[in-house]
Amino acid sequence: MSIILKNINKSFGAFKALSNIYLKFQSGELTALLGPSGSGKTTLLKIVAGLEQADRTDGAGLLFDGESVADDPVNQRQVGFVFQHYALFRHMTVFENIAFGLRVKPRTQRPDNKTIQEKVNRLLSLVQMASLANRYPSQLSGGQRQRIALARALAIEPKVLLLDEPFGALDAQVRSELRRWLRQLHDTIHVTSIFVTHDQEEALEVADRIVVMNRGVIEQVGTPEDVFHRPANKFVMQFLGDVNVFHGRIESGHAVFTEAPDGPKESEARMLVRPHDLLIRRTSEVNDNGVQAKVYRVLTAGSVVKVELIDHQNRLIQVQLSHERYRETPVKPHEDVILVPHQPHVYAGEEKWNGNYVI
Amino acid sequence: MNHSNSNSTMPSHPALNPPLWVNALIATLSLTFLGLFIIAPLGVILTEAFRAGMSVWLASIREPDALAAIRLTLLVAAIAVPLNMVFGVAASWAIAKFRFRGRTVLLTLIDLPFAVSPVVSGLIFVLLFGLHGWMGPWLADHNLQIIFAVPGIVLSTLFVTFPFVARELIPLMTEQGSEEEQAALSLGANGWQIFRRVTLPNIKWGLLYGVTLCNARSMGEFGAVSVVSGHIRGETNTLPLHIEVLYNEYNFAAAFACASLLAALALVTLALKSLVEWRSEQT
Repeated sequence: MSIILKNINKSFGAFKALSNIYLKFQSGELTALLGPSGSGKTTLLKIVAGLEQADRTDGAGLLFDGESVADDPVNQRQVGFVFQHYALFRHMTVFENIAFGLRVKPRTQRPDNKTIQEKVNRLLSLVQMASLANRYPSQLSGGQRQRIALARALAIEPKVLLLDEPFGALDAQVRSELRRWLRQLHDTIHVTSIFVTHDQEEALEVADRIVVMNRGVIEQVGTPEDVFHRPANKFVMQFLGDVNVFHGRIESGHAVFTEAPDGPKESEARMLVRPHDLLIRRTSEVNDNGVQAKVYRVLTAGSVVKVELIDHQNRLIQVQLSHERYRETPVKPHEDVILVPHQPHVYAGEEKWNGNYVI
Repeated sequence: MNHSNSNSTMPSHPALNPPLWVNALIATLSLTFLGLFIIAPLGVILTEAFRAGMSVWLASIREPDALAAIRLTLLVAAIAVPLNMVFGVAASWAIAKFRFRGRTVLLTLIDLPFAVSPVVSGLIFVLLFGLHGWMGPWLADHNLQIIFAVPGIVLSTLFVTFPFVARELIPLMTEQGSEEEQAALSLGANGWQIFRRVTLPNIKWGLLYGVTLCNARSMGEFGAVSVVSGHIRGETNTLPLHIEVLYNEYNFAAAFACASLLAALALVTLALKSLVEWRSEQT
C-alpha cells in the first residue's frame, strides 16, 4: 500500500516539530526516517499511525492508497506499530500477546480459536520464537521481545508496518543481527514499512530508501547510494558518516582552500571529504594539488588503517585506507605529506558550490 | 507493582551494616513498641471479648441493635467501596495517562480527605445537608433526609475513604505509562477492550490492595460518621458507633465482643494485604 503525506505540520506549543512535509512511500518499500533526536522523525511516524494528529492546515492530507485516512482513529487504520521499548502486554504470555489483535476484532470478523492458534504459531515460527510461546515478556531478552512485538504487529495483517527506533534499546551485536533479519523478513512479507532511526549505518544497511530529516524538515530523500554519495547539502553529508572539513573562502568566483585564513562570513566556503576519499602522498613523490598536513598518529590495528593528521590550519584530519594501500606509502608520525581529496564536496555557506575550486 | 518489591531486591551493602549492638537496639526498640501499642491492645480486645465465655459473646453479637449495626456497616461498605473503586480508577487513569489543565489541582484534591480531620468532614455534610444547612430547607420540603440517616453516613464514608484506591493506583499507573494502551489501540482494540484486557490486569493487585484498605476504613470509620449519624440505636449506628454506646453504658462484655469483630476485620485485611503484596511480587 502506498502512503502519501501532503503538507504535514505539527507544533507542540511554540515548538515546530514538523513543517511542510510532503512525502510518498511506495507500496512494498522499506523506508528509513533518519535524523538526529528532535528532528521530528518519530512525530511523523506517529502521525502516520494516528497516535498523533497533524495540525489542521490548508492542504494537509494523509492518504493510504489514495484514500484519506486523516480522520480515521488509530484502531481502524490497520497499521502495525512497533514501539522502541516493545510495549508488550506484561501480564500476557508471548502467545497471547500475538493473539491480542485477533481476539479484539469485532465479533463478526473474529477468527475462531483454531484459526487464531494456527496463525499465531505461524507468526511464532516466522520470527523464530516457536519454543517460547508460553513465556512472559519479562522472561525474554531485548532482541526476543522486539521480535514478539513485530509478530504481534504482523498478526493484524497491517497495510503498513511502522517501527519506532526498533533496535534503539539493544546492544550492538544483537542489533546488527536483528537488522539483517528485519531486511530478510521484509523481503519475505513485502509490507510497506517505515522505520525511524538516528543510526545512519542502520538506515544505509536496511532501507530501500532513506528520508533524511533535520529540525522538522526533509533534507533529502533517496536511495542509500544517493544520500551517501550524492548528499544534497552539508547537513546530509555530515550526518551520514564521518567527514573532514576544510575551511576556505569564496574569492572572485572560486572557492579557495589555500593557506590563507577564513574570509568574511558571507564568503565562507567548506570542503567536506570522507576519510576514505583522501589520498596520502609524500611531498617528495608528486606535485599533486592537495592540502599540506603533518602525520600525527597511525592506527594499524583494525580492518582498515586509520591515519590522523594535522592540517595547515591546525585542524585534525582523519584518513582511512586499506592495509595494502598503506604499505605502498607507509607514512610515519611527524612526516609532512600532501592530502589529495578524491571526491570533495564543496559548499558555499549551506549551499552546494558547483563552481571551480582551488586547493 | 514495584513499590513493594523494590525494597526486597535492594542489595544490602556490607559496609552499610551497623554494628551488632546498634542492630540489636533498633530491633528491640521497634519490637517493644509494636508489642506495647499494637499486639497488646489486640490481645486485650480478644481476651476481654471472650472473658465471659462464648455464649455471652454470641449473645452480644446477636442482640438486635448489634445486628442492626453490623447490617448498616456492611451496607455502607457495600455502597462506598464499589463507588470509590470506580472513582479511584477513573481519577488515577486521568491523572496518570493524560496531561490536562487542572491535573495538579485534582491531585491535591484527592489528598484532601487525608488532610482534613474526619470530624470536620462530617461537619461539612451537616452544614450542607443539615436542617439549618445550605440545602436543608429544600431537602425538608421534598421530604428527603440525609443527615441523621443512612445517606449521610454513606456520603461521609465515601468522602473519608476516597483517597485509598486513587493513592495506590496513581504511582503504579504513572510508572507503567501508556505505551501498552497505545499498542493495544494500534492493534484495533476499542476503549473498553483496552481497559479490560490491558489496563485492568496491569493494575489488579494494586487495585485490590487499595480496595482492601478502603474497605477496612469504611467499616471502621468513626469520626465523620459519628457527626452525621445522630446515634439512633438500631437505625443509624454503625459498628464503631455501637461499640462506643455500649462502652459508655459500661457494658464492657458486649462492647469488647463487637470490638473483636472489627479487630478480626483488621486481621483479615492485614492477611489480604500481605497476600496481595506477595502475589504482586510474583508477577
